[in-house]
Order: sequence, then structure tokens, then C-alpha cells
Amino acid sequence: MDVRYLPLGDTGLTVEFGNEISPAINSRVTRLCDMLKTLNVNGIVETMPTYRSVSIYYDPSVLDLESLTALIDELLSTEIALNVTNPYVIEIPVWYSSESGPDLEFVASHNGKTVDEVIAIHSAPEYLIYMIGFTPGFPYLGGMDNSIATPRLDNPRVKIEAGSVGIAGSQTGIYSVDSPGGWRLIGKTPVKLFDMERENPVLLKSGNYLKFVPISKEEYFKIKEQADKGIYLCKMRERGV
Amino acid sequence: MGFTVKNPGISTTVQDSGRYGYQASGVPVSGAMDMHSLNLANILVGNDRNEACLEMLMMGATLEFDSAAVIAITGADMKPTVNKKPVPMNEALYIRNGDVLSFSASDNGNYCYVAFAGGMDITPVMGSRSTYMKAKIGGVEGRKLVAGDKIGLREYHFKLPNMKMRHFDRKDYESEVTLRVVLGPQDDHFTDEGISTFLSAEYTVTSEFDRMGCRLSGDAVATKNGSDIISDGICVGAVQVPKHGMPIVMLADRQTAGGYTKIATVISSDLDKLVQCSVGGKIRFKAISVAHSHEIYKAKKALLDELEAKLTKHYEPRKFIVEVNDKKLEVTLSE
Repeated sequence: MDVRYLPLGDTGLTVEFGNEISPAINSRVTRLCDMLKTLNVNGIVETMPTYRSVSIYYDPSVLDLESLTALIDELLSTEIALNVTNPYVIEIPVWYSSESGPDLEFVASHNGKTVDEVIAIHSAPEYLIYMIGFTPGFPYLGGMDNSIATPRLDNPRVKIEAGSVGIAGSQTGIYSVDSPGGWRLIGKTPVKLFDMERENPVLLKSGNYLKFVPISKEEYFKIKEQADKGIYLCKMRERGV
Repeated sequence: MGFTVKNPGISTTVQDSGRYGYQASGVPVSGAMDMHSLNLANILVGNDRNEACLEMLMMGATLEFDSAAVIAITGADMKPTVNKKPVPMNEALYIRNGDVLSFSASDNGNYCYVAFAGGMDITPVMGSRSTYMKAKIGGVEGRKLVAGDKIGLREYHFKLPNMKMRHFDRKDYESEVTLRVVLGPQDDHFTDEGISTFLSAEYTVTSEFDRMGCRLSGDAVATKNGSDIISDGICVGAVQVPKHGMPIVMLADRQTAGGYTKIATVISSDLDKLVQCSVGGKIRFKAISVAHSHEIYKAKKALLDELEAKLTKHYEPRKFIVEVNDKKLEVTLSE
């Protein structure tokens, strides 16, 4: 599918790479965002990567639409990847249990599995972070094994604590701030995905990968103490290394 | 040096032109609902036009000053008074130590703005002073103001140059408005009939109207194959059409991305007309090209630039030689 330029009124443009959720399309999104960031184009206010498109917000008194689309045509046709970084894998420790994840046993029985099997299946993949949205710092992850897919709750919970790890259909994610929600909760991470005390409040970045690492209750509270003080660093490595 | 909130009004928050650069992290832009009024208020008091102001909804606040200040009030007409005496809107005003500024319910418009020369002493969060209440980010502890809040000012001003020129004329907000839109990003998801309904029907502003968006009621807009898409970016002014077919115009606190079809986007220059429109107000949409929308954007910016240039111009003292009784005198006139 060809790239489509879709206007967003007088101040925005969406560059759409396709109409499906796939790692190949998402990597084109990440690549364009990286290149635009490096170029620091005068008149571009910000860029917003999503599953399959990049929304570019611009100041029309500085940059006209023809110049902007010409620049993007140029960037998309170039073979040279301007300062495009290799994706990394970030490890997110998770305390899986009925105490920290009230729906863990339901997810197991719904799929005819034991709790240990659910944990093993959920913590095996390196999940692609397709985009961040919904709430500040919330990752849309791709790559969950369908054998643990579970429908949402009929009645969403009024308050889910930040750090809760959940499943909704064939999606999995982590609540980044306290919010209402209907995802099936299976565990909790002590790591803060969104923390205004940090220089960069948002931990995760789209285009990279995330791996859940099971931890015990003791480890959870040990890491939580460090995370609350702002001195816990998640393990990170280049992907494929 | 600043003011104390005696009565916060219905919903008074600190807002600037918005929090840019964090949408990729899922953080909404926020900022003033009526950007034009924010810009004008700031220009009148000599601030950067994107500086933070107080934004007041429907029923304004009461503020007591503990120092002199220069302020300007724009947007909705909440009948401002200083020490119970009516004061004009849309012009720079002197405030003295001990003065009480208060507002009542709005006569015309929804959102009123107060700019303070030098700006409020609020620590920016992620590059902005705007309040995003849902995630408790920015402004005063991420919330609307409450009685007892004390807000300082970053600079002390008891007067500004060209004080007499610091005003502009403003028309009342109307209850029947035409909003110009650029079709897209998902106009191809709608039937020809759906597009023609959208561009010809009259819609009514409903009470589902907050900082996140404004839901309209009227003729349902038909899509070809449902209203769900793979979530993509939502621009301010985006007109979302969910399953029920009623357009929702997305505003300052909109989420960064969403999964409903967006038939069109209201141009930034027309958003003030919508956000100041009362519930029950009538809305029509008119499609224009991107090129035309840019001409409108530039014309609006030029008006603000012109006002700003006029007020910041330094008048050179003019010198005259006057002969009085055969003596030559030099007389200097300055603003």
C-alpha cells in the first residue's frame, strides 16, 4: 500500500503507511519519526507515532503543506537511515499472583491452563511497543500468545492502580496511571511507567520491545522501595543481543 | 506579590498555549480552550502571547491582590469588577495592592481569560504550565483552583508603556456559527450521503461539552463500514463520528490517539467560535481547502502581530525648538 497524506485541518498531517497492525509497518513509523527528530525541521511542532501512521503537527506560518510533503517524500525515498537507532528490549519485573492480579485464576481457567502456564506464556515474548497513548505512558503492546486471550470484564473497575498488568482480548498492557478500566488483571509491576518527578516522565518509547520478568512478592517490595525513591533502573539490552 | 483565591468559581484552571512534545508519550496537549482570547489577553499586558492565564468556566473567580499588577480580561463576559466597581474587558487594567477582582456568571461565552503582566509564578511541568486535571499534571497541583490558593507573579509591574493603547474591540459571541473544516483524515470512510449530511445539516451544541470535546446532535452522519479504525493521532478540532453518527469535536484535553473515524477537522482559527458557543447553539460546517485554511491562519496571526507591534513600539521622544521671547527652547515630548 502506498503512503497516504491525510490533512488534519490547518495544523496537522497524518502520514499513513498502511491499514493493519504489523511490525513491518510500525518500523516505518519509527524510522520516519527518528529521521524527523534528527532533522529538527523548523515549523514542525511535534510528531506523534501510532500503530501505522505518524501525525505531524506544524505551524503553517512557517511551513506550507507542499514543502512538508516534499520533505517526507524525500525522507521516505532515501536509503540512508538518518540516525535511526536499533530497537532495545526493556525488562519489566512483574509479581504475578492472585493477590496482585485478581483475575489471574480466571484467565487460567478460561483458557484451560494452570496459573504457572499463564505466567510462563505471558512472560515469554519480547512484545513490540507499537505506540504510547490512552493515558500518559500507557504502552500498546503487540505479540501476546492467543492461548491466554481473555475477554474484558463486563463491568469495568472504578479504579485500577498504576502498575497493574492486564489482558483485554488478545492484547496485553500495563496501567500507567491510576484509572478506571476493564482489563483482566494478572499481576503488578513496581516500576513507574509515568513519574512526573523524573526528568523524562515516560519510561517506554514506541518502536522498542518489552519483556515481562516474573518476580516474587519479596522482590516486588524491594524494587518498589527503590522505584519510589527514583533509584531503580530497568534492565535494558539491544534487541537480538 | 500576587493574589489569593477567595472564591474559585465553577472551574478555574491555569492554561497556556499547551503542552507540546509529549503526545508520543500519551500526554494530551491541553492548554486554553479559546487560544485567540489567551493570545489577546497576553498581548495586552505585554506577555509572550502563549503565556499562562487563568481560564474560568461559566462563573468566574474572586481574587484578592497583595501587590500592584497589570492585568487584562478577555473571552466570555463575566462582568468583571474591581472592588465592586465594573471594569472593562479587552483592555489593560491597573490593579493596586489590596484590590479585589471578581466575576459573576457569564452573559456571553463560556470561557474567560485573565492575563497577568509578567506571568504567574507556576512551575512548568513538561514544558508547560497548563493544567491537565485527569492526570493531575501542571497548573496548581494538577487541579482546578480552590479557595485559599495563593499564586505569585514572576515580575512586578505597576504600569506598562503605551497604557492608553492597550485595548481592542471585540464583537459578542454568536449562538449560530459556521465552522470551516478541512475534510479528512477519514472522509473516505463515509458515504457521499454522509458527507453531504455533515456539510448541510444544522447541529446543536449539547451539554456533553467539556475540555475534552463537544458532542453535537442533529442528523446522523452515515459511514460506509462502521466507525472503528486502527487508533491514530487526534488533532485539535478533529470531528469524530462514533457509531451513533453524532459528530464530536475534539478539544484541548482530547486524548492523543483514538479509534473512531474522523470526517473532518475544524480549522484552528474557528475553534474559539465553538468553545464560546452556549449549549443549544447552532452549528454548521463548511468545507475549505488546506491552502485556504492556511491563508486564514496567516491573516489571524498577522492581526495579532500587528497589535503586538503597536503596543511594544518604543516611541522616540520627539524634540521641538520653541521660540519664546526671542529665546530658543528645546522641548522634548515622550509617551
